[in-house]
Amino acid sequence: MMSRRVFVKNGAVAFVSLGFAPSFMARTAVAASGRSKQLIAIFQRGAVDGLSVVVPHGESDYYRARPSIAIPRPNSGDSGAIDLDGFFGFNPRLRPLKALWDARQLAIIHACGSPDSTRSHFDAQDYMESATPGVKSTSDGWLNRYLQTQHAEHATPFRAVALTSQLPRMLQGTAPALAVSQLAQFGIRAGQSSETVGASFEAEYAAAADSVLNGTGREAFSAIKMLKTADPSKYEPANGADYPRGAFGQSLRQIAQLTKANVGLEVAFADVGGWDTHVNQGAGQGQLATRLDDFSRSIAALVTDLGDRMADTVILTMSEFGRAVNENGNRGTDHGHGNAMMVIGGGVRGGHVYGKWPGLSVEKRYDGRDLAVTTDFRDVFGEIVTKHLGLRDARQVFPGFQIAEARFPGLLA
Amino acid sequence: MKRFLALTVAIVAVSASAATSPKDDRAIVHVLSRTGFGPRPGNVEKVRAMGLQRYIDEQLYPERIPDVAIALRLTGLTTIGMSSRQIAEQYELPQLEARRRRKAEGKDKDAAPGDGKQPTDAMQQRATGVMIELAQQKLLRAVYSDRQLQEVLTDFWFNHFNVDARKGRDRFLLTEYERDTIRPRVLGKFRDLLGATAKSPAMLFYLDNWMSSAGPDLNLAPGLARAQGQGKRAPKGLNENYGRELMELHTLGVDGGYTQKDVTEVARALTGWTLKSPRQGGGFAFDARIHDTEQKVVLGHVIAAGGGESDGEQVLDILATHPSTATFIATKLTRRFVSDRPPPALVERVAARFRDTDGDLRDVMRTILTSPEFLSPDAYRAKVKTPFEFVVSALRATSAEVQDARPLVHEVQQLGMPLYQCQPPTGYKDTGDAWVNTGALVSRMNLAVRLAAGQLRGTSVNCGLWIADCGLRTPGMVDSDGLRTDSDVVVARLLNGDASDTTRATIAKATDAQKMVALTLGAPDFQRR
Repeated sequence: MMSRRVFVKNGAVAFVSLGFAPSFMARTAVAASGRSKQLIAIFQRGAVDGLSVVVPHGESDYYRARPSIAIPRPNSGDSGAIDLDGFFGFNPRLRPLKALWDARQLAIIHACGSPDSTRSHFDAQDYMESATPGVKSTSDGWLNRYLQTQHAEHATPFRAVALTSQLPRMLQGTAPALAVSQLAQFGIRAGQSSETVGASFEAEYAAAADSVLNGTGREAFSAIKMLKTADPSKYEPANGADYPRGAFGQSLRQIAQLTKANVGLEVAFADVGGWDTHVNQGAGQGQLATRLDDFSRSIAALVTDLGDRMADTVILTMSEFGRAVNENGNRGTDHGHGNAMMVIGGGVRGGHVYGKWPGLSVEKRYDGRDLAVTTDFRDVFGEIVTKHLGLRDARQVFPGFQIAEARFPGLLA
Repeated sequence: MKRFLALTVAIVAVSASAATSPKDDRAIVHVLSRTGFGPRPGNVEKVRAMGLQRYIDEQLYPERIPDVAIALRLTGLTTIGMSSRQIAEQYELPQLEARRRRKAEGKDKDAAPGDGKQPTDAMQQRATGVMIELAQQKLLRAVYSDRQLQEVLTDFWFNHFNVDARKGRDRFLLTEYERDTIRPRVLGKFRDLLGATAKSPAMLFYLDNWMSSAGPDLNLAPGLARAQGQGKRAPKGLNENYGRELMELHTLGVDGGYTQKDVTEVARALTGWTLKSPRQGGGFAFDARIHDTEQKVVLGHVIAAGGGESDGEQVLDILATHPSTATFIATKLTRRFVSDRPPPALVERVAARFRDTDGDLRDVMRTILTSPEFLSPDAYRAKVKTPFEFVVSALRATSAEVQDARPLVHEVQQLGMPLYQCQPPTGYKDTGDAWVNTGALVSRMNLAVRLAAGQLRGTSVNCGLWIADCGLRTPGMVDSDGLRTDSDVVVARLLNGDASDTTRATIAKATDAQKMVALTLGAPDFQRR
């Protein structure tokens, strides 16, 4: 395993250490055929400060607005931004993802978000997951509507999995989706009698006249068996991938496990909290930096682990809204509006920050205080669902929204 | 119309009394599983003795059921009797104070308050405790209260007028909301219940009406860039959130015949319906300063200019008496009590009863519970239990002794139904498809295993004991109830003797009482009511 120091010093070497370099490139060209596509959706709950993640270091208003917590301009030591394109830069703690940017496998959509003005975590998460901003009564989530719309002939119980204890709003709905926070614990657990009790339950459900319970029961037991074959307790990440030990890293590790177990995983979900930095947010070091370190190392490990499977994978990160442009009186930031999303994968046209940059001067701000939204998040979701997952008509996934290819950011080839 | 109704009632009375035939325990079990959370041992015999019709009548007047034991069960839950003001003083204000202090001291390094994931400090955990106590209360009442129908209806109407505890201050408001707004009104007039929810701090806060004021509707502003405001405390103008849900979810239903224009007009009429000093747990107040004084037109009815607070009352009158409301409520109630797809003729009769009685919910319930459709074989075990119903019915059937309900609250949450935390205002779905999925089913089986094995903290179940209570069985012997084996006893007790052949055979093969009980509670037969 390449040490981080080497990683930082030498992007090219680091890239090789990610393990997917040559074959990944080759596969991208032929990705159209063969293995099925996969989407890994990651929700940063609590509203991450996008201006500290993808830093507009080329804009002096940014530094005026944040005297104590701005990320310094590039080339100002370890805590300075990592330049991306001369105007934007990564937070220094996103170093582990820089190789992906350089390889053009990571794209950013900045000033992205919801047309709804809410600054409530609760409502904004709800809107991002239902993808119906302003409409609270939507009963299902957009990823579930995708699953409903895109009928899968040979769908397995693992087609859609959330590595959470409860099914997130995004995956709720009539299409089957599984919430399981610990793969190793999925199964009938009855101590030494687990085998026999499991077999007994299986017999009961297999014979149930009740078609709904019979069908779901069969699914459940085939899922348990599939998982047993995959043996999650004996998983070794590939290519020396080193997942952080925190909950988020472990969620991503399990997503890789499921992917490689070939159990039919198409949509995976994980979330990670701790972004609500009202107080002492920090800059290149500190509270937010610590979270970003875990976040980026976890994602880098997932990419490394998935290796050339990244050709068929898109990782999408999102957070309910961004944070106010000005820092507050507690060296933190309050709830804002526009934010940055990341899209990573073999088919991604990366190495580019998408979206019209609205600027940070007061008159360009939303409500005079926040980063304005120039890309509706549904255009990002819509492009992924259409061009990556191959749904022909995404209108049903985004009710009340005019889905138009012409408005897609152009993230995917 | 009157004549038709009289005739209907007559048919219904006949069929209900016919069902009280002592041999027909299925009907009794059915009624106990719909008007309540399933039978406890002894319930079937009790209802058989008093007659099904009388049991239903009794349940329709919960205040006449003494229900003394429940008070004892609830002692120790200190917040469930508190007013919102008391809760604010003892739980919310200290939390805010602690946060302020922390900010002032600049020591908030690891805290990330309000990200909707983790409680971050002791104060916040204490605050969450209010909601957990409320959930414990709900569970204990469902398991032990003799006023079973009242509990089922409280669950139903809370869910109809859903408020999610996780939206900001709502976690401090739901105790009073359920206790004083919902529970006392579930068998009263619909208009009264509707009005009470409309003025409840919980609802005013949840659907933002408290901050809706006369002024432009910002939602109508074109494009993404909006009119300039002055930060987050600035008055936002009209907020349509409650106006929309009031019609879509509480009264008319989404296809109830209203337009976007009606939504705006209703929201305008309700401006000024707000809260007095919300941080101190203050209640409803009308604030004339933010009320829109112009004329409104709602569903064709003109509400004259200058009506003030009465504008909102007029709106509620219009909505409560609208024919779509009768049909919408009748559909939801029959879906809950009869089947996922209730027979249209029944829905129509129930809706007619709603209209004819001015939304008298007791009459409406009587119409449902005495209808032939309710008692028909088609309705028997037609509903999939929700996670809450599953847990409660299992505790009832096994005569579980709950000393601490907190772990059970957690279990219901793990099964996918966190109590008081349903995010959308639609409430939890009341059809089987919402609850039957792979993960949830496996979790139910595992819970059955742990419950039977006595592994749930705070709850004891002694399977061996109650099997032994029924007498020692030797192979080939038949006891007075016609039961042969331990597994017969288990099936009789937990499934009232009604199990599929496979389930019965599977249970019979189990080697001990605990496994028999686990395999019964986790069986497909037990997932329905």
